[in-house]
Amino acid sequence: MIRYIIRRLLLGIVLLLVVCLVTFILFRVLPTGNPAVLRAGRDPQPKLIKEIEVVLGLNKSLPAQFWDYLKEVVLHFNFGYSYYSQEAVRSLISERLSATLSLTVGAAVLWIVAGLSVGIISALRRHSLLDRTVMGASLVMISAPEFWLGLVFLYLFASDIGQFKILPGAGSYVGLTHDPWKWFTSLIMPWVVLASGSAAVYARLMRSSLSEVMREDYIRTARAKGLRDRAVVGHGVRAAINPIFTLFGLEVGVLLGGAILVETVFNIPGIGRASYQAIQSSDFPVIQGTVLLASMFIIIANILVDIAYAYLDPRVRYS
Amino acid sequence: MNAVEQSTDQLVSVRDLVKHFPITRGIIFQRKVGAVKAVDGISFQIRRGETLGIVGETGCGKTTTARLITRLLEATSGEISFEGQDITHTARRPLKAVRREVQMIFQDPYSSLNPRKTIGSIIGEPFAIHGLLPDRTERKREVQRLMETVGLNPEHYNRYPHEFSGGQRQRIGVARAIALQPKLLIADEPVSALDVSIQAQVLNLLRDLQRRFGLTVVLIAHDLSVVRHMCDRVAVMYLGKIVEIGSSDDLYGFPRHPYTGALLAAVPQPDPSRHGEERRVLGGDVPSPANPPSACRFHTRCPKAQEICSVTEPVLSDTEGGTSVACHFPLSREELSEIGVRSSA
Amino acid sequence: MSAAEALLRVEDLHVEFPSEDGVVHAVDGITYQVHAGRTLGIVGESGSGKTVSSLTTLGLTRRQGARISGRILFEGKDLLTLPEEGLRAIRGNDIAMIFQDPLSSLHPFYKVGRQLMEAVRAHRDVSKAQARERAIELLGLVGMPDPPRRVDQYPHEFSGGMRQRVMIAMALANEPKLLIADEPTTALDVTVQAQILGLMERLQRELGMAIVIITHDLGVVAEMADDIAVMYAGRIVETASAARVFAAPEHPYTWGLLRSIPRLDRPRDEDLVPIPGTPPSLINPPSGCHFHPRCPYAEPEHSRIDPALEPIPEYPSHHVACLLDGARRRELWAQLRDGGTPDEALAAVGPPEGSS
Repeated sequence: MIRYIIRRLLLGIVLLLVVCLVTFILFRVLPTGNPAVLRAGRDPQPKLIKEIEVVLGLNKSLPAQFWDYLKEVVLHFNFGYSYYSQEAVRSLISERLSATLSLTVGAAVLWIVAGLSVGIISALRRHSLLDRTVMGASLVMISAPEFWLGLVFLYLFASDIGQFKILPGAGSYVGLTHDPWKWFTSLIMPWVVLASGSAAVYARLMRSSLSEVMREDYIRTARAKGLRDRAVVGHGVRAAINPIFTLFGLEVGVLLGGAILVETVFNIPGIGRASYQAIQSSDFPVIQGTVLLASMFIIIANILVDIAYAYLDPRVRYS
Repeated sequence: MNAVEQSTDQLVSVRDLVKHFPITRGIIFQRKVGAVKAVDGISFQIRRGETLGIVGETGCGKTTTARLITRLLEATSGEISFEGQDITHTARRPLKAVRREVQMIFQDPYSSLNPRKTIGSIIGEPFAIHGLLPDRTERKREVQRLMETVGLNPEHYNRYPHEFSGGQRQRIGVARAIALQPKLLIADEPVSALDVSIQAQVLNLLRDLQRRFGLTVVLIAHDLSVVRHMCDRVAVMYLGKIVEIGSSDDLYGFPRHPYTGALLAAVPQPDPSRHGEERRVLGGDVPSPANPPSACRFHTRCPKAQEICSVTEPVLSDTEGGTSVACHFPLSREELSEIGVRSSA
Repeated sequence: MSAAEALLRVEDLHVEFPSEDGVVHAVDGITYQVHAGRTLGIVGESGSGKTVSSLTTLGLTRRQGARISGRILFEGKDLLTLPEEGLRAIRGNDIAMIFQDPLSSLHPFYKVGRQLMEAVRAHRDVSKAQARERAIELLGLVGMPDPPRRVDQYPHEFSGGMRQRVMIAMALANEPKLLIADEPTTALDVTVQAQILGLMERLQRELGMAIVIITHDLGVVAEMADDIAVMYAGRIVETASAARVFAAPEHPYTWGLLRSIPRLDRPRDEDLVPIPGTPPSLINPPSGCHFHPRCPYAEPEHSRIDPALEPIPEYPSHHVACLLDGARRRELWAQLRDGGTPDEALAAVGPPEGSS
């Protein structure tokens, strides 16, 4: 068991290094021009460019540059400086982290709770009107792009521009510590929008997984033992969760991607919006930093899922 | 039996055959920490024209043995010869010629046929693989002839496996196996997945085909009554070793190995009047093949085991007028009736 | 033994399932009884309806949209009219069931102890500690070595035979009056099968419970059963004591089964006589006698008349559903029993009376 965990962690570290390397190469190779030129301001002198190149270390060989970069990232968490604002990427990220966490963690909770419960109910009432409506609605939710959905919600419910002015509109986010109630209400629409696609996916997955599980022999045994319906369903859900659980790690990636769009539409001052702006202005250090951060979260999420899976499935522990 | 007689009489000869499946552990680099000793040193011959049965329970290695003979698996050590030629480690291409002569029928009629192919194409595949009967009409005719031989309606040539019952699917498997007129047919539990009333049909078919085409058959089964009915000689396996081998009459009439005795005592007889008879039931479970007992593999469960059994491995030796048995203390007739086996006179 | 003493009486049970291809007549009017302390063996092949009839006894077919009619009387109460809660109270309590494959029948992610405790606490108001004590006790009862350690293990850590012992322990948790065992040893090695059957017999003696054992293995049923019911295509074709079914069977299907299995107590080279043809579809079963297409002795009107299960005159407890004349049947069997094939038997006995 310990062996299993250690192996997962080591592989995770290796993966992070690979991600570092790939982002590094990607951003050096992109045909965007010499970073030194971009930072030199208007109409730069060649001598200035050369000086900047030395400062940025661009005159060294690529492997040497990567090594420098790696050292900075690993030892100092220094992701460089924004081309746009000269601010350290690290502080840019840390300022916006709490907003993004509020959004993504809340959406994740909503996605899991709503998705799984809807899926369970659908599985137990297969082919009923409820089931069919829900599955149809989930198909719409999966297909609808977050930004479109976000705009629709704002149009309907935002207190400034909406038809039914019941929820705060875009730009109304405040930190949790400033005003908990406003924090909460301003995030309701973003949470629903961000969670919708993943919740719908999970609902469909749970429905099919549970339907299959309920046909298994051990469910028949549970009924034959005289367990109450709720206990029998509990047996089923316990088994049905396993195959879905591994997908959680993948969905985290989807969630983070969606966060970029949702933060932009709802004007939430998070890392997502910052990266959206950075993409628009070709601000590579920022983009690079957020990519690395996102990768780290996804890798960690997947490692945790893999480790948790060993607890969920006792048969895995001994292999 | 002198050497000349032996060589023409023997179709397959197996010597000290071993197959170990490695068990690996490790964080980054997997290293071998043990092995599942599926087959752990067996030697026997298959004589031309005979039906040899291999019986045993879970983990005894009978299916692995079948796969080793057909080279679906490669041996860890030991020798397999087919018609005098060593095929233990032959490469794939030269092996192809041998494959024409050795065919296999599998246990599960529901998963051993490709559901996406018509049965005409399934039965015809052996011809395609070996480059025979390239003319389509000829091949179809031959396939339909084979279908008739096994009791299928040739008009069903273009149907798919799912349209057939289990027994019929097994017939399809048989037709495919005999298509190239092999010398050796290995049937791995051919009837265990079938209903009782169908089992007899398939068994009779196999017997029929064997007589008609002079096939040599190896029948692998766990049902002792089936093996007795179908086979001339029987080998009993336990944890990767052959513990007893001999003619059916000898083995079922007077089994010498305590394990064989236990197996026979355990078979439920369709005769209620025998219900009250004393019968000794073999206790415990089969040990793991990854960690088999030392020396005689059976000593942990054997009622006759003594110290030597865990120290010196018994070797297969002939008994006069009876089976060959690997045991330090073979059963006597009195002991047989004690455990509830009726021996023949 | 009068019908009034029967623990379980199944009367004219019909079970149908709607399916895409039509209505599946899984059970087509069966009647049988089980008495306290005795074992009934139900013999049949796949599609005979043997499993469906037992699942219906416990109400486990209700969910699948089954149409059920008839009566199933357990200690006088009709189980088919009981509401779900009433049935639930009986399941695992007065009537328990064990199934064929113990690996897939146990929940893979719950410890064995937990599954045993659940069985107890579903019907008895005991604490977790008491339930755990009972779980350990039950494992000891079924011959499991080292119960206190094993109770905390998962099903995949047990061998096949041990798992079936766990299933039996779970079924016995509340000392049921009736145990239904559906192919309990089919998936097990022959020596393990002998252990499990021996265990079941011992437990029956100790607890005095009735057993219904469902199997296709004639050897198993000969060992275990006091009485036997033979099922074919959803109907019972013969019921009698085990001794009579093997010594003097009355139905051609039973004859066919007995003549088609290899036996250790018959000569090695005696031919197996298979039953020709294949088991029938339950959606469109043959008209009249369901067995007539495969019966070597069928006469023309057998495709038009449904045979009823009736006692034979000399032995009223032996029932058979066959349209052949009783005396003719006995003659045919006499031929078969001595090793004849159906053709030989027909030749020896001659054509039926009244035919040209």
